[in-house]
Amino acid sequence: MAQKVLMKGNEALAEAAIQAGCRHFFGYPITPQTEVAAYMSKRMPKIGGTYLQAESELAAINMVQGAAAAGVRAMTSSSSPGISLKSEGISYMCGSDLPALIINVQRGGPGLGGIQPSQSDYWQATKAPGHGDLHVLVFAPNSVQEMVDLVSRAFDKADEYRMPAMILADGMLGQMMEPVELEISDEPKPLPKKPWAVCGHNNERKHNVINSLYLQAQDLEELVVARFERYKLIEEKEPMVEEYLVDDAEYIVVAYGASARIAKAAVRQAREEGLKVGLIRPITLWPFPKKALQKAAAHTKAFLCVEMSMGQMVDDVRLAVECKVPVSFFGRTGGIIPTPAEVIEEIHKLTGGNQ
Amino acid sequence: MRDMNAVLAGFGGQGILFMGKVIAYAGLYDDKQVSWLPSYGPEMRGGTANCSVCISDEPICSPLVNNPNALIVMNLPSFDKFIDKVVPGGIVIVDSSLIAKKTERTDIDVHYVPATAMAEEHGLKGLANIVLMGKLMALTDFCTIETMEKTLQKIVPPKKQHLVAKNMEAVRLGAEYAE
Repeated sequence: MAQKVLMKGNEALAEAAIQAGCRHFFGYPITPQTEVAAYMSKRMPKIGGTYLQAESELAAINMVQGAAAAGVRAMTSSSSPGISLKSEGISYMCGSDLPALIINVQRGGPGLGGIQPSQSDYWQATKAPGHGDLHVLVFAPNSVQEMVDLVSRAFDKADEYRMPAMILADGMLGQMMEPVELEISDEPKPLPKKPWAVCGHNNERKHNVINSLYLQAQDLEELVVARFERYKLIEEKEPMVEEYLVDDAEYIVVAYGASARIAKAAVRQAREEGLKVGLIRPITLWPFPKKALQKAAAHTKAFLCVEMSMGQMVDDVRLAVECKVPVSFFGRTGGIIPTPAEVIEEIHKLTGGNQ
Repeated sequence: MRDMNAVLAGFGGQGILFMGKVIAYAGLYDDKQVSWLPSYGPEMRGGTANCSVCISDEPICSPLVNNPNALIVMNLPSFDKFIDKVVPGGIVIVDSSLIAKKTERTDIDVHYVPATAMAEEHGLKGLANIVLMGKLMALTDFCTIETMEKTLQKIVPPKKQHLVAKNMEAVRLGAEYAE
């Protein structure tokens, strides 16, 4: 077992990507994710990897696309406004069936917004990370340890389904230090073969093509439909969720990432007061863990979404429970982190006369 | 020790974030759950710097401390910003060489320690933060003196190990300070 060390979320995530076999990082600095790039700039040259600070976010994502097409594990990281700039490349990678990892350490928006932690890119990540009929896998860690654990999973699943994966973190997770277990080795991990990759082969096979342009509507439709068959399989097999005190819960808080930690403190306090409150924490945001919510809806009087946004996840919760149970919302936005006291106040509003 | 939710605050350059790291590491070496969260952004450029540190037996829910039960302040803006946020019964340590103001609150346990002057008198210039941390250690037992020494040995880089003794001197100076 590796010894526990204290690491910043951003740095732990970067090292975890190296341990997952990533040797190609392309980025552009932006607060609050810059430590990812800074860490990579120190580590990559020492292990024969590539660290490249691109001239812009657009350049960075297109370098990721090129590296991914060549069959290597490639990644980029940014924060909210930078992800908007990268959305074109993300769409192209979805259209070309390319696996890669994109990190979003979210800050307040819209526009340049602020630099404090936020979760206001939920819609962007889960609904429209780029134009076209597409999805990317979205993982939402809630601790520095999960920043580590989800990175290798995201790379593996991206390769398995040949699509981009995103880690949707936030400034709090990126900046905080927590104990983390992380085996550090400089030896590259063996990676799955990618027979579709465009790389040298000495004329031993027919050349591969990586492309997202299909001018025949029929061809494009077939491709997109086939891709959605894969998405259906992912929605079936890949949702991840943490359930906390859900079995007997009459009221359930739904929260992910940093806000799930705040919500958990509130749920604990509610339990101490004798209130039957639980927490469902989606770990994958796409695919959304619908079944866990459906199951809980059978014995739940109401759901409360807690987010660092204006309530972007609420609709997904309502759809998952098919509006059979009321879903209310509490959130702070713009870089403000909700307090456990604020959440407990909302829980009291919900439980009303039950006290 | 009960859970400690600490805020450490002062100017950038006073070693606020480092002090937080020492406290967090000490908790880690005692097999506790810990978290360290710095303030970041424009306020760090020449302005105030602060961080939240939590030590607990239970997994830490919120690493952001809004209402500390332990507060160390090393400048007036931080004193003004955080003094009313301390929970009743909370411990406050003020570097009284740098902050002349006294609080009117009577429901908190305030200690005025002239740490900057003490450090300079003892040839420990720049270690006022560690003096204050020593006082916090003595008041809260967030770790033992043995753990503190082990922690400093681990986090001070190998080439600077000669500084461990100076840091320990500063820790003891703070811990033994009688008001």
